Amino acid sequence: MSWMEGWWAYVFIAVAGWLATDIWRWLGVIAGNRLREDSEALNWVRAVATALVAAVIAKLILYPTGVLAQSPLWLRMAAVILGAFGFFLGRQKPAAGIATAIAVLAAGLWWLGF
Amino acid sequence: MEDAEDERSSLAWFLKGARGIFSLPAVILMLSFVGFCALTVQAGIPPEQVVFMTGAVWALPAKVILVSSILGGASLATAFLAVTLSSVRLMPMVAALVPELRGPKTPTWLLLVLSHFIAITAWVFAMERVHDVPRNHRATFFAGFGITLVAANMLVVGVVYHLVAEFPPLVAGCLFFLTPVYFLASIWHSARHPVIYVALATGLVAGPLCYWLAPEFDILLAGVGGGTVAWFGERLWRLRREARK
Repeated sequence: MSWMEGWWAYVFIAVAGWLATDIWRWLGVIAGNRLREDSEALNWVRAVATALVAAVIAKLILYPTGVLAQSPLWLRMAAVILGAFGFFLGRQKPAAGIATAIAVLAAGLWWLGF
Repeated sequence: MEDAEDERSSLAWFLKGARGIFSLPAVILMLSFVGFCALTVQAGIPPEQVVFMTGAVWALPAKVILVSSILGGASLATAFLAVTLSSVRLMPMVAALVPELRGPKTPTWLLLVLSHFIAITAWVFAMERVHDVPRNHRATFFAGFGITLVAANMLVVGVVYHLVAEFPPLVAGCLFFLTPVYFLASIWHSARHPVIYVALATGLVAGPLCYWLAPEFDILLAGVGGGTVAWFGERLWRLRREARK
């Protein structure tokens, strides 16, 4: 694992990061009012976009890097599942779910001697 | 009352937007950025590049994909494709928000510039609060929030970068975990269409499945495959329900 150096890194980030994200924002502005909110095509786009982000989330939970790579999978799964309980019991407030999940993870890591 | 509100200067509305930095979604995002910062330290990215990336690539999932693509040895074209496909959701998000932000005199170039600041957090924040702002001040209000949010996170990342390595493992682990948990909660919370819930579930299953089948293209495959399955399933269910009526 080696990272890029010098100006090439900035070009890489600008093209594969900046341009790659802002293209959609510019198209979004242009589409603006004209985009039909109830079209089937947009529904498909939404589904693909959400599934993509969900896949990233799953990877971050199942195959984390750094400190969490040494934590047991059952602990991360328990944190997410109990976090989901907290989220729904807390009237779907993000803070309720996030706080529960992090509290479970912290308690588990502490218990395991991290 | 309406007139008095209208007379507030643009600066006042900009500052009112900027004060949104103290809202819960903004605080969670900043903590997530501390977590992202820990990820970049472990990946060995120099701090000035991380600060640049924070301001330039204003979407946390896109940044995570960019970092993991580069670490996986992807070419510029492959990384561009992966990030582009992961950011499709920005288009409908922006397209839905623009009619809310646009006043009768708002120029298109301003909206193009402001669109850079639209990501999950700013989108949720704006959708919730922009209705209380007079229409001709909405773009200013959003600019205040968006610019402050990006600048604050660039600052957070720059300052925290050197501290993050010193964090006890327990703290570093929890901060890293904030990102996926925050995404899950905020996507579910801000979803306005049933297909989002189905796609979230299929994506969570398809992600690891595709990683196991084809690790090089896992995210793309899971997104297009899982998303299409979710869309098709939800559509079938919707059509059936409508037919029964």
